[in-house]
Amino acid sequence: MKALNQYIELYKEQKDVIENTSAPGLNAQRAFALEALAHKGLPVESDENYLHSNVEEWLAPNYGLNIQRLNLPLDTEEPFRCSVPNLSTQLYFLNGDSFMSAPQTNASLLPDGVIVKGLNTFACDYSEIFSRYYNKSSFTDGTSFLNTLLVQDGFVVYVPKNVVVEKPIQLIELMQSQFSMLACRRILLILEQGAALKLLLCDHSLRMQEYLSLQVVEAFVEDNASLELYDLEETHTGNSRISSLYVNVGNDSRFVCNNITLHNGRTRNSANVAVNGHGAEIVLNGIVIADKEQHVDNYTFIDHNSCNSTSRELFKYVLSGSSVGAFKGKVLVRGGAQGTDSQQTNRNLALTSSARMFAEPQLEIYADNVKCSHGATVGQLDQAALFYMRQRGISEQEAKMLLKEAFVGEVIDSIPLAPLRDRLNRLISLRFRGQLAQCKGCNICH
Amino acid sequence: MLKIDNLHASVGDKEILKGLSLEVGAGQVHAIMGPNGSGKSTLSNVLVGHPGYTVTQGSVTFKGKNLLEMSAENRSHEGLFMSFQYPVEIPGVSMMNFMRTAINEKRKYLGLEPIAPADFLKLVKEKREIVKLDNKFMNRSVNQGFSGGEKKRNEIFQMAMLEPSLSILDETDSGLDIDALRIVAEGVNALKTPQSSVIVITHYQRLLDYIKPDIVHVLYNGQIIRTAGPELALELENRGYDWVIDEFENKK
Repeated sequence: MKALNQYIELYKEQKDVIENTSAPGLNAQRAFALEALAHKGLPVESDENYLHSNVEEWLAPNYGLNIQRLNLPLDTEEPFRCSVPNLSTQLYFLNGDSFMSAPQTNASLLPDGVIVKGLNTFACDYSEIFSRYYNKSSFTDGTSFLNTLLVQDGFVVYVPKNVVVEKPIQLIELMQSQFSMLACRRILLILEQGAALKLLLCDHSLRMQEYLSLQVVEAFVEDNASLELYDLEETHTGNSRISSLYVNVGNDSRFVCNNITLHNGRTRNSANVAVNGHGAEIVLNGIVIADKEQHVDNYTFIDHNSCNSTSRELFKYVLSGSSVGAFKGKVLVRGGAQGTDSQQTNRNLALTSSARMFAEPQLEIYADNVKCSHGATVGQLDQAALFYMRQRGISEQEAKMLLKEAFVGEVIDSIPLAPLRDRLNRLISLRFRGQLAQCKGCNICH
Repeated sequence: MLKIDNLHASVGDKEILKGLSLEVGAGQVHAIMGPNGSGKSTLSNVLVGHPGYTVTQGSVTFKGKNLLEMSAENRSHEGLFMSFQYPVEIPGVSMMNFMRTAINEKRKYLGLEPIAPADFLKLVKEKREIVKLDNKFMNRSVNQGFSGGEKKRNEIFQMAMLEPSLSILDETDSGLDIDALRIVAEGVNALKTPQSSVIVITHYQRLLDYIKPDIVHVLYNGQIIRTAGPELALELENRGYDWVIDEFENKK
């Protein structure tokens, strides 16, 4: 309770400042969030969906928030590594929770009607669209209500009916303040009927201050729309991240999410997909690479509430050092969701005796004409393959690299954007070799 | 080339090789035959440094160096190659990447620069043709989805790429039809130089019809119990192993 109380007190003390710097649309939801928080509280360790992440403890330190909306200087040289060679993107930034577009970004290059803005500006300028979508997802945990209570800015992409955004949009999320800081980030993605969008989220906090990002992504993928989301985390070991994704998909729509934790401190990601449309296609993939004391907990919940939809999940973890990985994947097939086809796979390598993996697949099926499967494994590198490679002269270390890269490669290979695939392969290879630190200006592996 | 002296080796607590001695000269082809369980596969695995086997006694010298002190990868770099009885599938590692890494690791060991991409492709093409291995296999994962014959041809392809001075063919004929057997054997013969040596481990005469041995050994109960010329293989094919074993036991 102590962790929660400090935020509630902060809100009450700073209510005027928060409301004066925020759009009415954001403020309108705070009272409800406060009530829900008081009722529900923050998740505790005994919560069955939070068995391995004590987020209450993560939220306990007294982080600063940029409530005054100070203009934090942004060094855009820093995110050099986010550049994906051969992939042209429209580039935007969140520094902490403050939105800015990259100097070279030209909004006129966006297709007609597409709006990419900071959350606060969007809420002011397009209040009608905003209020139709903002905070309309069914939140399941206290951290999301806390985000609604304190949020002041974030990022919005609105794609109107039948518009296809060919060029991927990239949002680089940075933490560059001199002080430890909590950033309440809110991302709102609206894809009207037949719209299509590819979005890259790159979460970086390269400086050594302790940061906490409390992020909520709400996505609305209406009938026949398609959203591809690539969420890459590359933060330092003092960073904590609590990110909750809520997606609502319509008829014959498509939602693909690749969530990659390349380097981090403590991370809790949740993806909640409400399949309310028939014939929808859902893909949730994930890669986790962790060592040292790193902690990565992915929770997914796919709620099949309509017929003839498919969902595919593939999460792969490579754990070494004393790292902890957790995957809980819940698939719910409701009574009316006939013809659902769902497959969940979670494969994990625990390469050291002190690395730990908690895998928990969970299927709940109330319809009788469905096809559902799940599988979870925890194991080691294939010794026979290792020896075969060594006989061919490949050193044991190099052979292990090849096997680890091949293991996560199954996820990368499914990414349709070839330049992004190449970039990820390169970053993963550097990561396994412990060479991320050798890149210019980066503190990440220290 | 290779000198094995009084070699004892075990798996766990079980001693498999019990004082094996063998000498292979440069340019020679040796065949090692013997009944099941005699220690043939153990011998080849011990020579290439499989971590599952422990050498308890004896010595092995390869080109004047102490082989048993070397890591498996350095044995390979020094020119030792084994064609596996059961080639391992490695999902997600392409043949190209696998082969390029192997070649470059060897070059690094020899103090050479990594091979230029164009030269590598040329080398692959040249060596593939020796065992008639289609280019499509190069983009597939190592051995994954290969038929039995394709796997064995792939072993000989790798042998061609690495140009070893001593190759051990561990039951390379098992699971091969006549045509594949001929392709594999012709590949081995094409790669043979006056300096390179081959140890063929087999149950059957038929491989030896194609790869002609200079010397034939019978391995039994962890020891070489008879060594003779190629005619021994034919005699074994006709009479089985019992008579050799009987003679050996009676001599004791």
